[in-house]
Amino acid sequence: MSQSPETAAPVFSEAQLAEVRRLQALYPDARGALLPVLYMAQETFGWISLEVEEYVATLFGLSPAHVHEVVTFYTLYFRERPGRHVVAVCHNLSCHLAGASGIIAHLKQRLGVDPGETTEDGRVTLLSVECLCACEAAPMMQVDDRYELNLTPAKLDRILEGLA
Amino acid sequence: MTGETILTRNFERSDSHTLRAYVETGGYRAWAKAQAMEPAAIVDEVKRANLRGLGGAGFPTGTKWSFIPKNHAGPVYLVINADEGEPGTFKDRYLLERDPHALVEGMLIAARAIRSATAFVYVRGEYVEPWRRFSTAVREAYEAGHLGKGFDIVVHRGAGAYICGEETGLISSLEGKKGWPKLKPPFPAIKGAFGAPTIVNNVETICHVPHIVNRGAAWFAALGTKTQGGTRMYSVSGRVVRPGVYEAPVGITLRQLIYERAGGVTGNGRLKAVVPGGSSAAILTADEIDVTMDVDGLKNAGTMAGSAGVIVMDETVSIPESLMVVARFYAHESCGQCTPCRESTGWIYKMTRRIVEGRGRKEDLDTILDVAKRGAGTTICAFYDGAVGPYISYIEKFRGEFEALIPRA
Repeated sequence: MSQSPETAAPVFSEAQLAEVRRLQALYPDARGALLPVLYMAQETFGWISLEVEEYVATLFGLSPAHVHEVVTFYTLYFRERPGRHVVAVCHNLSCHLAGASGIIAHLKQRLGVDPGETTEDGRVTLLSVECLCACEAAPMMQVDDRYELNLTPAKLDRILEGLA
Repeated sequence: MTGETILTRNFERSDSHTLRAYVETGGYRAWAKAQAMEPAAIVDEVKRANLRGLGGAGFPTGTKWSFIPKNHAGPVYLVINADEGEPGTFKDRYLLERDPHALVEGMLIAARAIRSATAFVYVRGEYVEPWRRFSTAVREAYEAGHLGKGFDIVVHRGAGAYICGEETGLISSLEGKKGWPKLKPPFPAIKGAFGAPTIVNNVETICHVPHIVNRGAAWFAALGTKTQGGTRMYSVSGRVVRPGVYEAPVGITLRQLIYERAGGVTGNGRLKAVVPGGSSAAILTADEIDVTMDVDGLKNAGTMAGSAGVIVMDETVSIPESLMVVARFYAHESCGQCTPCRESTGWIYKMTRRIVEGRGRKEDLDTILDVAKRGAGTTICAFYDGAVGPYISYIEKFRGEFEALIPRA
């Protein structure tokens, strides 16, 4: 990690600003690009701080309050720095019927954190989430970009070992 | 009843997502044919096919298209709802990953029918792989010259909110706002995305369109029931031998789906209850499964086809615990705009939880039923009506099981 966003003001590079303008031009109203640009910001700065919200607002001519309202509405924008990996276990009905609570209990025990918390070494954030729509392979979870299906305790342990 | 597969016919091919595989199996022929058709003729064909929306509401697709104002001078938008999120549903994930060009081709035809030059595809944020697959297909379609000649597709990622699957919530989100649904009228076909006439269609619905153009409305209509044509993809999960996605004519019965397709019931092997159309559909008991799985068949059975997400429960499943899990979902996903929904979903979750934890009060069940029945129909969108489906049906059909958990005073 080159710079800590806590100490440096969040600013996109020239290439990223060009990408922002490209995205804004895809919509009849540039504001349509707010969600995609917030994803870019999260990838760049690691999470969406109030400073990042203010910066993104300037790129759209929007109030920071509007951007805050949007960021806090959705679950995929992180308002504090997440772990290097995000493990999101589905706890909805089909996964529940397939033993999701046992999966969550196993992860809590292995990681030493509750859902919503990050391990002390900053490795993993554990979440318990609503339906990810892979019910045919319940119980399941999302690890970063990947869906992990048909979970068992042994499979969980293998997956955790692979997370640096 | 196995029948011909249409939407899933290429799923077994490992390269089914590529342009090459799609073209090899007859892809983009319907688009070639549609280009020689008048827009009104395409709308008429889809109307006569009895294609119903497969995202949840079941509205006749051709009729929806015909609501775009005639002689409208400004832009018209086509928006594809790929924000799949209804618990128990996973069909659109399969289509985006395994046959993304079917969606592109269907969109080309739909756009011609409604005279749209720009479409937005709203993919749920968690669907990273489906989003990549579909984006690649769009790129291939540009390179092949299908896109970019008067019709463009913008792929847009959601950011985690079930309510954005509601079409006006989706539009708010696409406009860069929180996904609050909008009051109707005006309906999106009159004033939708960015203030312009807009048609919002589900992925699976649009994937049917090339086949209707290729093989004709009469063929498609004949596959289904009197009021709904074609096949659809049933997502079957829960306590069954073979959970998965099964394409079948919409006249298949729930019994056939569970026992012939999904291999029967696991757990103790005896069926207790089934959710037939995603978690917002009223639950059916074991003796209510001889119903056809079309929109009107399930409506007549007092539930709904919804997104066709079938969740099966055997006798060992606790209905109160299941309702608590479902109630937690609606409490979490209520967008907070309308008071009856925001307040009731939270309180009903708390009440179901205390019942499950053995702290229920004897008036709780009647309070939940009262709040559910009074709130239905009082909110801007159908979200709360969807929550009410399980609240009422789980309690009314399995009341004894709830009562057994409530301590006697």
